[in-house]
Amino acid sequence: MTETKQIVIPGDEIERTNEKVRNGAYKCGQDKYCSEYFGIVQRNEQFIDIVPFTGPYFPRKDDKIIGKILEIGPSMWTVDINSPYHSLLHMNDTPWRTSAGDIKRYLAIGDYIYGKIMSINELRESWVTLKDAGLRKLEGGHIISIPAPKVPRIIGKGGSMVNMIKDATGTRIVVGQNGLIWLDGIPKNIMIAIDAIKMVENEAHTVGLTDRMEAYLESKKGEIDGNSK
Amino acid sequence: MGTASDIKLIDENNIRLDGRGPDELRPIKIETNVLNRADGSSFIEWGGNKIMVAVYGPREAYPKHNQDINKAIVKARYNMAAFSVDERKRPGPDRRSVEISKVVSEALEAAIMVELFPRAQIDVFIEVLQADAGTRIAGLTAASVAVAAAGIPMRDMVVGCTAGKVGNKIVLDLSKEEDNFGQADLPMGILPKSDRVVLMQMDGDLSVEEFEQATSMIMKATKRIAQIQREALTKKYEIQQKEQGE
Repeated sequence: MTETKQIVIPGDEIERTNEKVRNGAYKCGQDKYCSEYFGIVQRNEQFIDIVPFTGPYFPRKDDKIIGKILEIGPSMWTVDINSPYHSLLHMNDTPWRTSAGDIKRYLAIGDYIYGKIMSINELRESWVTLKDAGLRKLEGGHIISIPAPKVPRIIGKGGSMVNMIKDATGTRIVVGQNGLIWLDGIPKNIMIAIDAIKMVENEAHTVGLTDRMEAYLESKKGEIDGNSK
Repeated sequence: MGTASDIKLIDENNIRLDGRGPDELRPIKIETNVLNRADGSSFIEWGGNKIMVAVYGPREAYPKHNQDINKAIVKARYNMAAFSVDERKRPGPDRRSVEISKVVSEALEAAIMVELFPRAQIDVFIEVLQADAGTRIAGLTAASVAVAAAGIPMRDMVVGCTAGKVGNKIVLDLSKEEDNFGQADLPMGILPKSDRVVLMQMDGDLSVEEFEQATSMIMKATKRIAQIQREALTKKYEIQQKEQGE
């Protein structure tokens, strides 16, 4: 039997017994919660979440994101993090020995970075840092974008989904929490990986996706370069 | 309103020119995600009205002095195409469309959780391709679907509907002739969950009793329209679910 997830639209009351309502709902009466989003209801024993089908990315502290350099100031870069607001990267938050006025040697306009949200305030002004393990400038490769609420599905439980796509296609993949994904490898393999990601995106609200993805990647095995059977 | 005419808009058996009863709506059809570039979009056919809505944002508000540090601003732009009416409409904003843009923006702002997006702006473009009376509420109904499809958090959907007075009788959802030659027109925007009124305008005269009859008629109709909105949104995803279930 296939489990179907319940679809809600804004204003729908959420049925619940003892679970706590966590994300995507607001209080609409005495002990009553209503959905904020058009999306699906995700339940477990403790919590209920409303996961929207699409929507803007809300930066949160310590999110690892992919950003694009938009502007260069004397000591800061303005970064587009695929959210309603731009973010800033200060030269002291990079691993390089930079000096003010000459920072475009390190990151030019249009470059992509894999960074972390360092801080965010109530005005939604945020700062990015590159000072942590694994954070860097992304050189070469290919960028695609998906709705930010679907990122957890692309990653899968403990990274299972993205690791499966990585292993099967032999590409390097970096997934940002903000919905941007960087892929690097042989162009043909990248195309297959993109198709696989698009498939997850389109079917994110269905159940049993990991099994179907496994079958899909198996069927593509012959087309993948440098992958001996 | 009230241009004298010999046309009998409603007969003794309460049948209107287009064969509807007094509390019948024109057929409504809504489709979502019709535009790829927009964050959310919808297309509505409401009787003879054909309206396309595109939603962009939330994004940083420009010019910067328009930003509100406490909430997002909702900017709806109602625009009629030159070919949308019988005689060519001079393109560009005019008195009427500026007014409609304002009331629709305010109606949507009441439903959208604007306080989550300080300094931002949400753009809603309402393009009327074919007009046939009641474009502002049809546009509002479609705009709310497009905003929901864009994944923007809302307290509730917004549903619009009109009622009016034709041949001394209160009727629902005026058609073009009833609008032009009738006695009154009352467009309303409602949040269907809480029955809150977010838009109300009136053209012509209604007595208090007539007004109450008209509003209760609208309140009943909004439940039906809200159901059409729900189906428009969930349709795409339910098909996929069924395929999977088989």
